[in-house]
Amino acid sequence: MSATGFAPQRSTPARTRVSAALFRRPWLRGGLLLSGPLAWFVLIYLAALVVLFVSSLWSVDSFTGNLVHSWTLKNFETLVKVDTYRTIALRTIGIAAAVTVTDAILALPFAFFAVRIAPKRLQGALFVAVLIPLWSSYLVRVYVWRLILAKDGVLNWAIGQLGLGSLNIGYSNWAMWIVFSYIWLPFMILPIWSAIERVPDSYIEASADLGARGWRTFRSVLFPLILPGIAAGSIFTFSLTLGDYITPTLVGGAGSDFIGNVVYQNVGVASNVPFAAAFATVPLIVMGVYLLIARRLGAFEAL
Amino acid sequence: MIGTSKLSRIAFALWTVLILLFLFVPIALIVVYAFNPSNVQSWPLHGLSTKWFSSTWHNAEMRHAFWLSIRAGLISTAIALLLGSMAAFAVHRFRFFGREAISFLLVLPIALPGIITGMALNSFINFSGIGFSLTTIIVGHATFCIVTVYNNVLARLRRTQSSLVEASMDLGADGWQTFRFVTLPMIATALVAGGLLAFALSFDEIVVTTFTAGAQNTLPIWIFGNIRLGQQLPQVNVVVFFVILVSLLPVALARRLSRDTGMLRPAAAAEAGAAA
Amino acid sequence: MRLAKIDWALGALLLAMMVGASACGSSSSSSSSASNLPSKIGKTEGQLNLVAWEGYAESKWVKPYEAKTGCKVHAKYAGSSDEMVTLMRQGGGSQYDMVSASGDASLRLIRGGEVQPMNVDLVPEWKNFVPQLQSPPHNTVDGKHYGISLQWGPNTLLYNTKSVSPAPTSWSAIYGPQYKGEVSVPANPIQIADAALYLSKTKPSLGISDPYELTEDQLDAAADLLKQQRPLIKKYWALASDEIELFKNGDAVIGAAWPYQYSQLKKANEPVEQIIPKEGATGWADTWMLSAHAKDPNCAYEWVNWVSSPKVQAEQATTYGETPVNTKACGEMEKIEKGSCEVYHANAPASYFDSIKFWRTPVAECGNGQSDCMDYSKWQQKWTEITG
Repeated sequence: MSATGFAPQRSTPARTRVSAALFRRPWLRGGLLLSGPLAWFVLIYLAALVVLFVSSLWSVDSFTGNLVHSWTLKNFETLVKVDTYRTIALRTIGIAAAVTVTDAILALPFAFFAVRIAPKRLQGALFVAVLIPLWSSYLVRVYVWRLILAKDGVLNWAIGQLGLGSLNIGYSNWAMWIVFSYIWLPFMILPIWSAIERVPDSYIEASADLGARGWRTFRSVLFPLILPGIAAGSIFTFSLTLGDYITPTLVGGAGSDFIGNVVYQNVGVASNVPFAAAFATVPLIVMGVYLLIARRLGAFEAL
Repeated sequence: MIGTSKLSRIAFALWTVLILLFLFVPIALIVVYAFNPSNVQSWPLHGLSTKWFSSTWHNAEMRHAFWLSIRAGLISTAIALLLGSMAAFAVHRFRFFGREAISFLLVLPIALPGIITGMALNSFINFSGIGFSLTTIIVGHATFCIVTVYNNVLARLRRTQSSLVEASMDLGADGWQTFRFVTLPMIATALVAGGLLAFALSFDEIVVTTFTAGAQNTLPIWIFGNIRLGQQLPQVNVVVFFVILVSLLPVALARRLSRDTGMLRPAAAAEAGAAA
Repeated sequence: MRLAKIDWALGALLLAMMVGASACGSSSSSSSSASNLPSKIGKTEGQLNLVAWEGYAESKWVKPYEAKTGCKVHAKYAGSSDEMVTLMRQGGGSQYDMVSASGDASLRLIRGGEVQPMNVDLVPEWKNFVPQLQSPPHNTVDGKHYGISLQWGPNTLLYNTKSVSPAPTSWSAIYGPQYKGEVSVPANPIQIADAALYLSKTKPSLGISDPYELTEDQLDAAADLLKQQRPLIKKYWALASDEIELFKNGDAVIGAAWPYQYSQLKKANEPVEQIIPKEGATGWADTWMLSAHAKDPNCAYEWVNWVSSPKVQAEQATTYGETPVNTKACGEMEKIEKGSCEVYHANAPASYFDSIKFWRTPVAECGNGQSDCMDYSKWQQKWTEITG
C-alpha cells in the first residue's frame, strides 16, 4: 500500500459510516425518506380532511355561527329531502362528464399529430403552445369568455359576419361546458401526449404489417396503449370541473349553480360549515369511485 | 398505418390548427383588451389606449400581490421539491406495507376539488389558533405542489435503471456520492420540470388561497378583486399580458427538459440527435 | 384487494383522529366585549387590518391616512355581508381590526360577540351625521354604539332606456314576462326582502309589514314569487361587474342594482336610467365596526375619524356611487363632481330616507312580540331552492 503512496485512512469518516449503516437497513432509509412527506400529509392534510367531514355530522347555531358539537344527521336529511341539491349534484356531475368526453375528443387528434406527424421543431413549438395557457391566469381566461359569448360579443359578431344569425348562450350551461372544456384542455393533452410518445413505433408498424388499416390500428393497438394517459387526463378534467365554483359564478346563468357554489355559499357566506361539509361529501365520494376506476385503467402510472 | 396518407395528414393538421385557434383566440383577446380605453369589457373595442400600462405599474397593491405570489410560489416549490422527491424515492425503491395507500393519498390534493382542501385547511387553521398569513398560504400550496413533483420524479425513476446505482456503489461511492453524481443527474430534469409546473400551479391558485390567506393578497386574489369591482379591469389584462411574456422562457425550458430519452422511438431519437 | 397491515394501521389512526376531533373542537369564541370605552385615542399601533367592501379602501384616501397616522392599512375585500361575518370570526376574531358591515351583518356580529362598542365622543364628525344613521337599530343596541355609520345607498331598478319602454315605474317590470331572459337581480338571499316588499304593496292580504320579519307563510309567498321570476332571469349577479357587463353587452336590459353600476354604466356611455319604483326599495347602510379583539384600536379610531370627514366621505361617495352619512359632505361632492350631490341623494329630505327599507338580519323574534319569524338560515336555504 505505502509503495503506491496511498495513505491508509486511520478511521472511516462519519459520512461513510452513516451511509453504510443506512445501506444495510433499507427500512431505515425508506422510513426516513417517507417520514417528511408522510408527516406533512397525515398531520396536516389528512387531519384537516377528517375534521372537516366529522363536522358534517354537527350543526351550527344559526345566529351566532358557533359550532354545536352534537351528533346529528340533519344536514344529510336536508340534502336528501330537498330536490334542489339533487338537481345541483346531477348538473355538476353531468357537465363534468361532458367536459371530460369533449376534452378527450379534442385532445386525441391534436396529440397524435404533434407526436407522430409533426416534425421535431414543430413538436417543440406545439408543446410550448399547450403550456402557455396554463401560465395565463385562470380567472382572466374564464372572464374573457364572457366577452366572447355575450349577446353583443365576439362570437355573435363572427357568426353575424357569416350571416348566420346569433346565439344566446352567454351565461348558461352551454357557456359553462364550452369554458370548462377550454380551460382544462391542456391538462388532457399533456398526459395523452406522453402516452402516445411512449408507444413504440414497432407496435404500429407491426399492426400495419398484419394488415390493419388506420382506424383498426387505432382501435385495437393505439387506443388500449394510451388509455392510461386518457384516464389520467380525465382525472384532471373531471375533478377540476366537479369542484369548481368560480366558472359558474362568472359564466353561469340562472340555474347554473354547481356543488362548489352551494358549498362556498355555506362556508364563506352563511357560515354553515357542517352543511357545506355534508354537501362536499358528494364530490368526495364521486371522486373516490372515479379514482378507483381510473387506477384500474392504469391512470396513476400515466399522471 | 395511421397518419401516413396525405389526406389523413391534412385532416390532422387542420384539427391541430383549429385547436390552436381555440386555445389562443381568448388569450389574444386578453392581450388586446389590455389596450381597452374604457374600463368595461365590451365588443368591439373603440380605439386603443396604453394608459393602463402606467397605472398598473404604479399600482402598489398589484406589486405587493405579485411579489407575494412569487414568494409563496418559490417557497412552496422548494418544499415540494424536497418532500415530493423523498416520497417518490420511497415509493419507487421500497416495497413496504401500505404502499398503495400512500400512492392514493398522494393523489388526493389534485384529485379532490380545491374547495374541499381549502375548507379543510381553513377549519384546521381556525381550530389550531394559528393566524392566517403567508405561512398558511404556503402550507396550502405546498400540499398540491408536492403531488406534482412526486408524479414527475416517480415517472422519471420508473424510466431509469436501478442498476446504475448499484454499479456506482460497486465502484466505491458511498450513499451520498452516489446520490450526488448518479441519481441526481438522472432526475434533475424531472425535478426542474416538476418544479416549474408546481410553481405555475401555485402562482395561479385561487380557491385554496382564498381559504388560507389572511389580509394578504396574492396575485390571483388581487385579480379576482378587480374583476369583482370592475373599476380598473384592464389593469388585470396588463398584468396577465406581462406574465405570459415572462413565462415563455420557463415554458420553453420545461419542454426541453421533459423530453423522453427516445429509447422506444429510434426514429424520433435520431431526429432529436440530429436537431440538438 | 386484501388490506395490508399498514392499511389497518392507517385506518386506526384515522379513527383515533376522529375521536380526538370530536372530543376537542373549537370552543365557542364569543367572549364578552370590552366594557370599558376608551376616553381618548391613544398612540397609534402602526397598522390596521380591515375587512371591507371592494372599493372602500382606495389609495385615494388610504394614502393620506397612512401618511398622517403612520398606520399601514391591509384590506381584505369581501363580496358579501356573510363573507365578512365569516372573516371576522376567523382565527378567534383577532385577525382583523375593523369591518365595514352592512345592516344585514352587523346584528349577527354584535350577537356573536365579534365586535365591541365604540365611543362616539371620539368621533367629532358623528354630530354631523344624518340623524337617522347616528344610532340606527342595526348598529346600536341598548344605547351602545357598536360602530360608526359610513355610507348608505338604495337598491334601485336599473334599465336600458333604449330597450325598455315605456319607462317602468313599478317593480312589476321585473316580475312580469315582458323582458323574459333579460332580467338580472342580485345573487343574495336578502333579495327575498325585495320580493316581500313588493308583495306588501301588491298583496296586502299577506300582512307583510316589515320585509325582514316574515312568518313561514309570508316567506313561502315571497319565495313563490321569486320562483316565478326565475325563468325571466338571465343571470343572478354576484359581482358588481357582472351586472355592468350584462347591461353593456346586451344580455340584460332591466334589473335590480346598486347606484354603483348605474354610475359606471353612465361613465361608459351606456343609455341607462335608475329609479326607485313606487313600491319603494330596500337599501343598505354600512357601519365601520370595531372587532372585539382588535389589536390596533387606536389606528381604528383614527381611521373612522378620517373616513367620516366631509372630504373623504365625498371622495368615497363619488368613487363608489353611494350616499355619505355626513351632511357636510355635499359641498365637497359638488367640488369633485358637479351634480353628484343630487344624483346620490346626499341632500335628500327625510322622507326619501324613510322610504328605504334598510337591510337587517332576519331573526326569529318578530317586532310584534311573536317569535315565529324565519331567521336568516331559513332565508339562505330558501334562496338556494329558488336559484339552485
